[in-house]
Amino acid sequence: MKLFPVRGGVHPDYRKERTAEAAIVALPLPKALYLPLQQHIGAPAEAVVEAGQRVLKGQLLALAGGPVSAPVHAPTSGLVAAIATMTAPHPSGLAQPTIILEPDGREEWAALPPPIPDPFAADPAVIRARVADCGIVGMGGATFPSAVKLALGTEHKLDILLLNGAECEPYLTCDDRLMRERAEAVLDGARIMAHALGAARVVVAIEANKPQALEIMARAAAALADVTVVKVPAQYPMGSERHLVQAITGRETPARKLTADLGVVVHNVATAQAVREAVRFGRPLLSRVVTVSGGAVAHPANVEAPLGALVSDLVDFCGGLTTPPRQVVNGGPMMGQPLPSLAVPVVKGMSGILALTAAETNEQPSEPCIRCGTCVTICPCGLVPVEMAAFIRKEDIDGAARLGVQDCVSCGSCSYICPAHIPLVHFFNYAKGRLAEKAREARRTDRVRQLVEVHNTRLDKLAAARAAQAAAVEAARAEAAKATGATGQGGAS
Amino acid sequence: MSQFIVRSGPFTHAPTSVRATMGLVLVALLPATAFNLWLFGWPALFMFLATLIFCLLAEAGCLILAKKPLMPSLGDGSVALTGWLLAMSLPPWAPWWICLLGAIFAVVLAKHLFGGLGQNVFNPAMVGRVALLVSFPLQMTAFVSARPLGSAAAPGFGQSLGMIFGHTPWPDQVSAASALGYVKTELSRGVPVTQSMHHLPDLMDMALGLHPGSFGETSALLLLLGGLLLLARRVITWHIPTAVMGSLFVLATLFHAVDPGRYAGGLFHLLSGATFLGAFFIATDYVTSPVTKKGQLVYGCGVGGLTWLIRTFAGYPEGMAFAVLLMNALTPIIDHHFRPRAFGRTPQGDPLPLKDRT
Repeated sequence: MKLFPVRGGVHPDYRKERTAEAAIVALPLPKALYLPLQQHIGAPAEAVVEAGQRVLKGQLLALAGGPVSAPVHAPTSGLVAAIATMTAPHPSGLAQPTIILEPDGREEWAALPPPIPDPFAADPAVIRARVADCGIVGMGGATFPSAVKLALGTEHKLDILLLNGAECEPYLTCDDRLMRERAEAVLDGARIMAHALGAARVVVAIEANKPQALEIMARAAAALADVTVVKVPAQYPMGSERHLVQAITGRETPARKLTADLGVVVHNVATAQAVREAVRFGRPLLSRVVTVSGGAVAHPANVEAPLGALVSDLVDFCGGLTTPPRQVVNGGPMMGQPLPSLAVPVVKGMSGILALTAAETNEQPSEPCIRCGTCVTICPCGLVPVEMAAFIRKEDIDGAARLGVQDCVSCGSCSYICPAHIPLVHFFNYAKGRLAEKAREARRTDRVRQLVEVHNTRLDKLAAARAAQAAAVEAARAEAAKATGATGQGGAS
Repeated sequence: MSQFIVRSGPFTHAPTSVRATMGLVLVALLPATAFNLWLFGWPALFMFLATLIFCLLAEAGCLILAKKPLMPSLGDGSVALTGWLLAMSLPPWAPWWICLLGAIFAVVLAKHLFGGLGQNVFNPAMVGRVALLVSFPLQMTAFVSARPLGSAAAPGFGQSLGMIFGHTPWPDQVSAASALGYVKTELSRGVPVTQSMHHLPDLMDMALGLHPGSFGETSALLLLLGGLLLLARRVITWHIPTAVMGSLFVLATLFHAVDPGRYAGGLFHLLSGATFLGAFFIATDYVTSPVTKKGQLVYGCGVGGLTWLIRTFAGYPEGMAFAVLLMNALTPIIDHHFRPRAFGRTPQGDPLPLKDRT
């Protein structure tokens, strides 16, 4: 298949060899599972169980809190110990409502919804409903509710489901292992999703640095006429949705549009597998594969962990830390989030836990920018990071916005390559935060103004009505006075 | 566990640093420098070292005055590179006070008064050279013919020390004009280029560097070697050197074709003066050149075109330094007008139109 060039990008040291050959191993059931009510983008889920209640594996614990939300299920049978606030795996370290489940070790299943007998004959709405009920979200890290994304086919004419197996982040091998070990399941899930989307073809994109996954997936796809497996160059950030679509189809997604507008929807391979479980077996999303790696981890591995297991459980399972890490990261080292501590749970979007040493992070003090222009050359979004950073440094956020800071996908390529070690992405995230805040402020001001206007109109109307009434009363009184006056006059005369 | 500091990723970094980049440029300058040290002998070595040391001292002095730490600024190689390039653009036997003044112009005036590394608008080494050239035209055009180390004509160690740091007179019959200077002088006397060409070293010698000129500029081949190293290690890209030399070559060739008696040819322009040094090492200075590729092409063509214009029509025989400074002044404007096209947007910055797929 002909590929199309993608602008810019970097070639980081991938360091995938540490876990690429490590088969997926299941984490032994921990003593407690901590299930945050928000593991996805959108409204938090609402708990439907109470402390002290016994729940079965796969039982609904929390209901989706809105149209863009996802339910949470019990990863195993046990007792709901409490519903408490607890530090979430988010850089802020803020606490959020969390269901604490104490497993009883019996793994007793709840009554699951029945399998959808022939998914390819099923109504797409039925599949979407099942995916929504099973709490599936984008497992590549975006955690957008998958059912909502599967509904794109209702408004757009789609030709391709692009299955993202690029896994362009260094260290991560969870998708690689999944493709190697469960190729049929992944492809089956992908074809079910394509059916739900109304897309005729499935294209699986895998980076060239995963030759085994490429081979196994190609073999699995050989008998499927509607599936193509494509080798894409190992070029970070190839796994970025818009860039992958460009590489495969040559179509460039316009700013502020979706890839669906071009007829392509991108889903992650792990999501495809979860969709298959939901559709074929009625099983909700209860676990995920996490790459536990980094120089500070004794025995890096790909661990299939129940949602809610603590990061420290996984790290201990991998032999613990050999040295204090410089940084613990949720996800890959390029776009992952710093973890506030190891005492946070595994959530649906957690693809990796990396305990990185100082040598790996290679953090150096920033030096003055020498305007080498490398950030401009490698920016996959065609931006000018050096200039945007100069504006942001002067607190001129609008200046940075004019240069397109909101088009930045925070892929981290510029920060990664900068010889002066300037944390460019940090600047851009700051600017994006400020712009979002300003937009919220503007919306609020707008809303207040609208309310005030409505209020004023009402008052005006009221005043007008009152005036009209007063005038009417006055008129009536005058009328009456005239009448009485007339009689009075008459009486006086 | 609050030992983890919160900041945005990435949490890995390429093995790049300012120091490594500057170091590579210095390495790339080595072949041409070594050749010219051999060609011009001990006085050139003293001139070179004096310039380097004065520049380092000027940097240290500025840092102390600004109450900034000496490291890493002094050690990142940027000031060493400024000093090195300044020395390469001075006459090989320039006296110590020329070196000192050059260092002050370059480091204090052009770099630190603008705010230090990364803040300067103009290339420091070229500011140093041009300020010296307009202030001391005699000393700055006192070129010498080759006196290779070890040859009988080469001045000795002690004599050389005296020539640079004292009042020891130069050996007899050593002064020589640069090729560009010779052609210009002859032209002003009414001798056509076609004739004066015969009195110049042949093109092979010009390429090898066996001709009078500034300390570091004579060997086009060795400078090209260094430039290729920079290209191979991706310190620079082809855009600026190609644009500089291409525009210079094309202009010179065109005009030479029209009137060979008045205009020197393209190859002559490429191989004489500071063309190679300028195209690969000076115009490519990160701080003072545009950051976008399109901008770099425009900038490079500007440097090449202005160089030819100054060499051909202005009072000075060589125009590279002036051309670079003039284009430096335009760099912010070029950067403003030649931005790359953002992903998903038209060159004007509007979202791309959605193509009809039916």
